[in-house]
Amino acid sequence: MIQGKAYVLGDNVDTDQIIPAHHLVYDLDDPEERKLYGKYALSSVPSDVAGLPDGHIPFISEGADQSVFSIIVAGKNFGCGSSREHAPVALNMAGVKAVVANSYARIFYRNSIDGAYFVPYEWKIEGPKEIRTNNLIEIDEMRGELKNVTTGKVYKLGSLGEIADIIEAGGIFQYAKRMNMVK
Amino acid sequence: MTITEKILAEHARRTTVKPGENIWIDVDLLMTHDVCGPGTIGIFKKEFGQRAKVWNPQKVVIIPDHYIFTKDKHAKRNIDILREFAKEQSLPYFYDVGTSRYKGVCHVTLAEEGFTVPGSVLFGTDSHTCTAGAFGLFATGIGNTDAAFIMGTGRLWVKVPETMLFILEGSLPPYVMAKDFILRIIGDIGVDGATYRAMEFDGEGIASLNMEERMTLCNMVIEAGGKNGIIAPDDKTFSFLKARSDQPVELLKTDYNSQFIRTHIYRSKDLEPVVAQPYSPASIEAARQLGEVSLDQCYIGSCTGGKITDFIAAAKILKGKSVQVKTVIVPATTSVDKQLTEEKIDGRSLRDIFIDAGGEIGPPSCAACLGGPEDTFGRLNGREVCISTTNRNFPGRMGSRESKTYLASPLTVAASAITGKITDPREVMG
Repeated sequence: MIQGKAYVLGDNVDTDQIIPAHHLVYDLDDPEERKLYGKYALSSVPSDVAGLPDGHIPFISEGADQSVFSIIVAGKNFGCGSSREHAPVALNMAGVKAVVANSYARIFYRNSIDGAYFVPYEWKIEGPKEIRTNNLIEIDEMRGELKNVTTGKVYKLGSLGEIADIIEAGGIFQYAKRMNMVK
Repeated sequence: MTITEKILAEHARRTTVKPGENIWIDVDLLMTHDVCGPGTIGIFKKEFGQRAKVWNPQKVVIIPDHYIFTKDKHAKRNIDILREFAKEQSLPYFYDVGTSRYKGVCHVTLAEEGFTVPGSVLFGTDSHTCTAGAFGLFATGIGNTDAAFIMGTGRLWVKVPETMLFILEGSLPPYVMAKDFILRIIGDIGVDGATYRAMEFDGEGIASLNMEERMTLCNMVIEAGGKNGIIAPDDKTFSFLKARSDQPVELLKTDYNSQFIRTHIYRSKDLEPVVAQPYSPASIEAARQLGEVSLDQCYIGSCTGGKITDFIAAAKILKGKSVQVKTVIVPATTSVDKQLTEEKIDGRSLRDIFIDAGGEIGPPSCAACLGGPEDTFGRLNGREVCISTTNRNFPGRMGSRESKTYLASPLTVAASAITGKITDPREVMG
């Protein structure tokens, strides 16, 4: 069970919005510098669409490097644009446990799964418009359901399909080890 | 099978593959750069061991290009990490900054150096790796984890994409460039219109394009969500590569009975200069409709619009004229930079034409295409409105979140430079 507060975004949130390019210089292998990716996660989302439906809700509070929101609810084509793996890393470092979107851009989706940063869910049918930023959300992985605890409504999530094995293994390296493809 | 399916089948050591299948394939080349290389190396060492060796040093190409001419100390450290790794692994293809080997923008360098071998499989830690599909290979962008996996194993899993076919009938008119065509396509199918799909280009209009223009087409398939762009190799492909590579090339073509998820047919004579408005590459409008938009900057550069043919197009318009707004010129590579001096129009070098017109020429790199550190040449640091030959106009893409970027062809950007407003090149081409 994944539980947390929702942060709601629109369509076509690209990787420049998720982590602006001038931040791509911090050392991903240095635990302290890696925290900076969390600090600047979603920092280029235009203010009026940051935390829908009202907007103007910063994902990261001033001075923090983690978000109070751990579940992102987004529209279509989430993560489009550059191949920077810093984008799923930034969301991971900010404390995101799951993203639920109408659809994903391919490279971002792959990076999220192969790097095991969070689970990228899709809705079974197009995403509900009534989920608001700050709603309390519960995702039941076994049943493939998302419950909006604030409103009591339950929604079906799409099946993860063949990539469920990679998610379950914990990323491409763990998966390949399990399949005896790497030592 | 389509050309994409044939390449993937061969690299999966199978006779056939079908769209939707997940397969493991052998990789011919892995490319990385200064933004994603250090993270890739970190994961490679963590997973395969501190003393691990890459699967084949001949097949790992490292091309620093993103944050080169900056005082940012972290950016410099990234290049140091690449340098150390290239030395430790004895990598023959490392194009180090500050040496005569330095090139610039990785996607243009790969072609110039003959790495874009028809029929091969190329992965790169950059979404615009799809550019190389112009030469008839399977080329696509990946993240650090996947790149680290390839570094250690020479293999990766892929899902075989469905193919969308785009046919261009007739040669492009002189005022329309490949950039206009790909923007038109993205406008028609949307920024996710090709997600998980191959975009194959064919027809006499494509055959008439030079390799640089074909690269522009394939470069921007990612802006429609495409996995790879591809054009079957022909005589132009072979003659471009002949001088640059001794690799055997494969003459692959899509079978007539291939299955396409969709076919789109365009007629060259119906196309016109277009512009993608902020903040989406799919927000297309005819350049002639946007004459009221005043500009603060014009930008000609990047993997999309910083090749020699892009500068020849721009120089044809700028020759003997003066720019009305700041006009920034960034050759993609050191070789394009050199050609700015060698290529002449009516006896005048491109470099002189640009300087006479009042343009500012910067050193070869990705520069402000993706913003970058604050001291990056041509970066938008405030509320500027810019028209650019680059590939993305997302919020904050070229720097400040308050800036606005319009995307267009080199002809349209040059025409706009001499009026200070968005201008259809036909208005100034005479």
